[in-house]
Amino acid sequence: MSELGPDIREPHEPGLALHVEDLTVSYDDRPALWDIDLNIPPGVMAGVVGPNGAGKSTLLKAVLGLVPLSAGHVRLFGYPYRNQRRRVGYVPQRSSVDWDFPTTAVDVVTMGLYGKLGWLRWPGRRERDLALRALDEVGMEALADRQMSELSGGQQQRVFIARALVQQPDILLLDEPMAGVDATTERSIIDILGRLRSEGRTIIVVHHDLQTVQRYFDWLVMLNVRVIAAGPLDAVYTPRNLRRTYGGQVALLDAGGEATDESAHANATH
Amino acid sequence: MLTLLTDYTLQNVMLGAALIGVISGVLGAFAVLRRQSLLGDTLSHAALPGVCLGFMVAGAREMTSIMAGALVTGVIAALLMLALVRHTRLKVDAGLAAMLSLGFALGVVLLTWIQRQGGAAQAGLDSFLFGQAAATTRADLYPMLVLVVLALVAVGLLWKPLKLMTFDPTFAAVAGLPVHWLDRILTGMIALAVVTGLQMVGVVLMTAMVIAPGAAARQWCGGLRGMVLLSGAFGAFAGVSGGLISALAPGLSTGPVVVLVATAIALVSLLIAPHRGLLPQWWRRRHRRSHTSTDRILLTLYELAREHGNWRYRVEQGAVDAFYGMLTEPQLTDLHARGLVVPAHHMPDEGPHWQLTDAGVEHAAECARRRSRQRGRLE
Repeated sequence: MSELGPDIREPHEPGLALHVEDLTVSYDDRPALWDIDLNIPPGVMAGVVGPNGAGKSTLLKAVLGLVPLSAGHVRLFGYPYRNQRRRVGYVPQRSSVDWDFPTTAVDVVTMGLYGKLGWLRWPGRRERDLALRALDEVGMEALADRQMSELSGGQQQRVFIARALVQQPDILLLDEPMAGVDATTERSIIDILGRLRSEGRTIIVVHHDLQTVQRYFDWLVMLNVRVIAAGPLDAVYTPRNLRRTYGGQVALLDAGGEATDESAHANATH
Repeated sequence: MLTLLTDYTLQNVMLGAALIGVISGVLGAFAVLRRQSLLGDTLSHAALPGVCLGFMVAGAREMTSIMAGALVTGVIAALLMLALVRHTRLKVDAGLAAMLSLGFALGVVLLTWIQRQGGAAQAGLDSFLFGQAAATTRADLYPMLVLVVLALVAVGLLWKPLKLMTFDPTFAAVAGLPVHWLDRILTGMIALAVVTGLQMVGVVLMTAMVIAPGAAARQWCGGLRGMVLLSGAFGAFAGVSGGLISALAPGLSTGPVVVLVATAIALVSLLIAPHRGLLPQWWRRRHRRSHTSTDRILLTLYELAREHGNWRYRVEQGAVDAFYGMLTEPQLTDLHARGLVVPAHHMPDEGPHWQLTDAGVEHAAECARRRSRQRGRLE
């Protein structure tokens, strides 16, 4: 990003946890995201869904400044990401890491504090205590000194969440946290995220399983290179929007159709 | 032995080899973890044209300018490799291989050209291919010492960024670290390590000094700090003992012996390290096997038969193997010999099947009763 001029010091849309305007990101001259406008208010648990190649992960990367933006801007609570690092927690896809690295669970969580420590201060007793508390929040304190390579996929995922939590973020971004974990772990991850939201934090989750969308989220972003629909779940999660998001993918359409019927049923019984 | 240790040449050789071992061990640990083992290979081969250029500039076999030249071309090759990978569709391995052969070809061309020019001073240049430790003088050691101290200080100062970047580059970038710069700095430091070892170990073998100590240390350590320290220690040990061995057995050249010692340490570590070694793993599997009693396997067959409501239910051996995560044929054969199971007919495209005999059902039922009594007593 080039020099942004003095007006960057002025907050832009500070009332929104995430504000994305006119965003375009392209790889090899092909837009992965095209002219996106997106607003997510504080305190919601938002799901980002869409077919493969819809730009879901790219959206997170653009928010975090990991990919160059072809056009547009991104604000978190009014400011660009690089002024807001401390307020944002990020949980990358588990497969993005080489798990043979020699490290323990508590060590990984402590790495979440390196940014706050700066380049020269070494983590000490205080940092270890903070890391242990974060591990406790995700139910992993007992395995704090276990080697990461010995943990199951779901346990590794929870350690990653703890590494984001230890920074006490106001907004938490997760890239497919349910990928490759069993149903019990998925349940416990959702419980953790729900608790964080009830503390007033904003949670944004890239998600690929339409079956669970209605149970997990209260806000939804339906993405397919463009934003097809975004807003409160009830207003957005309609068969029409699903069809527009997933196009001709009939199997997914059917799954969505079923999920919609389920919700109608659930609403009727509650 | 004592006279050996006070020998001036030997002292130089051992000190030099130890310095090379420390720096390549410490930095190699990072290279191994980042799966960039080939990087050392590329850097050392690409250093060869720099050796020649350094020689041509100085007009003599002068260490400082030769090392500077080697560092420059090594780093240029590494940066070109990083740029190739970032801006083209080439993957890291292809980029490394391309720069390796390009660098080495350039180096050999320059080397032969210098040799064609004649002059007595060029005599030592081809020793950079396989290294020539005996030629090491006290004056050669000082630039090496400076490089080692610089590299160690840099690793200490950049410890947290390097650790974060090695474990999870994406998270490092999100945390605001200048990942591309750290990548270049680390690559540059590995180039330093390679250059340090060029004279004694040579461009061809230097890659082993980068990989072997790190790979060995990974086997023993559960933390990065321990691994990096141990890797440096392994490297130093290989240097000192390689120097000694080659002095005790005249005719052995030091560089290859140092590399052989380092490789031996790696090999032994891969075999016997407590958690990750092949032998302990094999031992644990074997131990589990001998403790998995034939009775338990009989009980598994019994449970399966009961679930299917048929005491003559045929169980495929592969299913039992999968359940226990081991080959259960010895136990099944044992049960067969005791008349508790018999082989059963099976489809030609399936593995052997077994079924319980009457005696087998009876014995299994007795085992099951005994186990449930034991469990009751425990509760």
